[in-house]
Amino acid sequence: MEIKWLVILLSFLYLGLLFGIAYWAERNSESRWVNNPYIYALSMAVYCTAWTYYGSVGRAANQGLDFLTTYIGPLLMAPLMWIVIRKIIRICKVQRITTIADFVSSRYGKNIFIGGLVAFVCAVGVLPYISIQIKAISNSFLILTGDSPGYTSASVAFFNDTAFYITILLAIFTILFGANRVDSNLKNNGLIAAIAFESIFKLAAFIFIGLYVTFGLFNGFGDIFQQSSVLPDIEKLLTIPSDSGYSNWMWLNILSMLAIVLLPRQFHVTVKENRNENHLKKAMWLFPLYLLLINIFVIPIALGGKLIFQNNPVDADTYMLAIPLQMSNTPLALLTYLGGLSAATSMIIVSTTALGVMLSNSILTPLIVKNTELSAPENNNLSQVLLRGRQILIAAILLLAYIYFKYVSDRFSIVSIGLISFVAVAQFAPAVLLGMYWKNGTRSGAIAGILSGFAIWFYTLVLPTIVSTGLLPEQFIIDGPFGVGYLSPNNFLGVDNLSPITNGFFWSIFINLLTYVVVSLLSKQSSKEINQAEVFVDIFQYSTVYESSIVWKGTAYVQDIKSLLNKFIGEERTNRAFRNFMINNKINSESLRADFRLVNYAEKLLAGVVGSASSRVLISNVVKEDNISMNEVFDILQESRRFISDNKALKEKSDELEIATQQLQIANEELKKLDQLKDEFISTVTHEMRTPLTSIRAMSEIIHDNPDLEDEERSKFLDTVISETKRMDRLISQVLDLEKMESGKLNLELSDIQFEDIISDSLDRLRQVIKEKNIDLDVHIQEPLPMIKGNKDRLMQVVINLISNATKHCPEINGKIIINAQNGDGNLSFIVEDNGPGVSPESRELIFEAFYQAKNQTLKKPEGSGLGLTISKKIIELHRGKIWVENSVTGGARFQCLIPLN
Amino acid sequence: MIKVLIVDDEPNIIMSLEFLIKKIGYEVYIARDGSEAMTIVESEKPEIVILDIMMPFVDGYEVCEYIKRKNRRTKVIFLSAKDKEADIQKGYDAGADLYITKPFSTKHLVNKVKELAIELIE
Repeated sequence: MEIKWLVILLSFLYLGLLFGIAYWAERNSESRWVNNPYIYALSMAVYCTAWTYYGSVGRAANQGLDFLTTYIGPLLMAPLMWIVIRKIIRICKVQRITTIADFVSSRYGKNIFIGGLVAFVCAVGVLPYISIQIKAISNSFLILTGDSPGYTSASVAFFNDTAFYITILLAIFTILFGANRVDSNLKNNGLIAAIAFESIFKLAAFIFIGLYVTFGLFNGFGDIFQQSSVLPDIEKLLTIPSDSGYSNWMWLNILSMLAIVLLPRQFHVTVKENRNENHLKKAMWLFPLYLLLINIFVIPIALGGKLIFQNNPVDADTYMLAIPLQMSNTPLALLTYLGGLSAATSMIIVSTTALGVMLSNSILTPLIVKNTELSAPENNNLSQVLLRGRQILIAAILLLAYIYFKYVSDRFSIVSIGLISFVAVAQFAPAVLLGMYWKNGTRSGAIAGILSGFAIWFYTLVLPTIVSTGLLPEQFIIDGPFGVGYLSPNNFLGVDNLSPITNGFFWSIFINLLTYVVVSLLSKQSSKEINQAEVFVDIFQYSTVYESSIVWKGTAYVQDIKSLLNKFIGEERTNRAFRNFMINNKINSESLRADFRLVNYAEKLLAGVVGSASSRVLISNVVKEDNISMNEVFDILQESRRFISDNKALKEKSDELEIATQQLQIANEELKKLDQLKDEFISTVTHEMRTPLTSIRAMSEIIHDNPDLEDEERSKFLDTVISETKRMDRLISQVLDLEKMESGKLNLELSDIQFEDIISDSLDRLRQVIKEKNIDLDVHIQEPLPMIKGNKDRLMQVVINLISNATKHCPEINGKIIINAQNGDGNLSFIVEDNGPGVSPESRELIFEAFYQAKNQTLKKPEGSGLGLTISKKIIELHRGKIWVENSVTGGARFQCLIPLN
Repeated sequence: MIKVLIVDDEPNIIMSLEFLIKKIGYEVYIARDGSEAMTIVESEKPEIVILDIMMPFVDGYEVCEYIKRKNRRTKVIFLSAKDKEADIQKGYDAGADLYITKPFSTKHLVNKVKELAIELIE
């Protein structure tokens, strides 16, 4: 197949893929593949256009490191995103702003003129930029198909030009996915997903060719730099010229910092399509990373190209394609072409969408609603007219861009069209950025600033390109108009050490800023302006619709407003929105009159569709508004601020109180519980003491009243009295022990002890019992046991308690006790195991509670005091150890203690 | 001969009660927990039962209700260390004829047992 047809086929397949992705994403807009911060960050990379893709290499080859400034600016801006961009996003969400023109218009009192001015400047600044993307597509096509040497792309008849058909497809794409609904406040998820895909594609293609040149054609980065040391201008390319280079660098960096915020396409993807403010956090590092990656191979490819084409003059802008072609690597050349196509199409799609919405909302709609019958309340076609208008505008923009490329661009030197476009949008910087932080900026100031900046931009940057067509004499640039040197566009006011772009940028932004500030200080704001300035600057205090609707006075009827909204967002959505708003703000839904909150809410809803200036006009058509005096505005503003801050303080106080109350309640419950536990303990102790006391009294009375008792019987009763007295004494001392331990009054005297001594001493005391019950005793001590710090008497108490418990629970015949002591993991481990009935899982913790058996009627009558395990546990805990019980393999109880060695 | 059932889980208390009751010439039966007591009530039909409350498996209140259900005329004396008003009330509610708290006076207990025996005969 002829390569030409292959390229055409691939181009259309690629666009088909874009349609597919956009279509799918539009239908699955809540899928996590679509709604995530990565898509958001990638869509920002629409910043990198064909101008980056082909032009960076060209700039690097011709002018050296200069090209980096376009990317360092956004890099510097990234940390500020959370402060600046988040504020812009918040303002736009609250005010339902969708374009930069609407933003400026809204800030300065929803003024129609200034919105139109910004939209106009954007169109003039961005249109040539779109056209060079088309040119890039067309040129790359010609280079690839080998038709290029004879003529330039612009001289091909349009019906033979693939770029023409691609432009038509892009227009269809943009209308389908960027302008399919009249409410521009809704997100275009399909479009954004397609852009994110394009960002990945162009980056991958660029890196691929970078790897090919660096490691395929050369032996890595080192090799390229080594070889290029022979190039005549190498030093100039890899350093910043010291005379005026640094100030050029600084100004170009500032320029791209502003562009990343103010370019219509960046505003569109960053602000309008933002689905969640928190997505910014990811974009803040992901987007700079993207810029870093796409710049890694720029210099290697530029130097590689220079080396490869040393004796063969090839335009450096085409190195990306020329290198693989020179090496006869057609597949790679095709990939490069598609990467360039993706860079160009993404820019065209987003810029056109943004411009389309901007021109329709800020120029077309205001003209229609202000001057025609269409906006009359009874006319229902307005929203359709607006939507059609927007779609036609999009087609017109693309057509104009194509015509510009075809019939105008070749006459101009278009080297820095991208940068000239940057300077044009930078003119909004004072009005937008200062306007967000300085309440005194006025509409007149903003208009004067933008106009003066625009004029200087035109004079210093656009006029010279016209001169190069021969329409104006060259003398004009060199000597200045009428021979006045300091008016010369390139050396404006006698500054002659800056590059033309820097020169134009510096003077336009400087005069713009100065005019903005001075005129603002000299002029007065209208009440609407004061209101908007207040909301913009302090947006984080007015973040709900209700709070941001401050100043409005007049008479309005709910029905009028409703029927206006019906026309634009449909009856169902209008009713739903009104109902929710009334419920949320506790407005009586029966009332016929609309209050200021409802009017403002409706105005904002409408602003999402037609822009804030038109929305203002439409609303004022259906309501009767009173003029509001300046003093009233200030009063209301002050009142509302106080109200908001009082409200917040009150809420904080009441939250604090709530928390304190809850804490008190919890503390009270705990105290009650403790009290109850103590009562219970005392009553159990009393009961347990009365049992031996009962026996003692009964026995004593029997002996006393029966002097004729037989000797044997008498001594049996006396023995009982003695043993019950001992039992009581034991109980009393154990209760006192426990009390001391629980109140922390017990001081353990610690000494170094050998645990095996404790075991053998304890066994000596118990040997008699064990023998009587015929229990098989099995003792394993892993010698030598480590020395531990502890209290010998107390630990012995524990060991005796555990072993004697075991003897009590052993079966009558074939009883068996296993004792195990060993060194384990920084602890001394001691285990006593019997072959009795074991402990059920649910009582394994409870048995360590005082008098558990006595309180629990389902168990056998306890033989001891009921405090043994409780005290043992306390003792082990005083040694910072642990004690617990499990069942052994035979089903008996297995008590284990761990005592830390130090 | 009057049959007296002693129900307690403390061997030493059983020992003293057994001595005291035998001394006045009544026949003595012994149970160490509630279920044993029920079995003996069923088989021996004692006229008087001296009953502890805190016992394993089945407590004294339950045993008392059982005895009264079997034969309302059987006399029940609770002998318990529980001395709270509520516990005593609960004992009488269960149908007891008498509630004596531990530690008890042997003379008092023996007298009460005799009184109940006379009531039975009349």
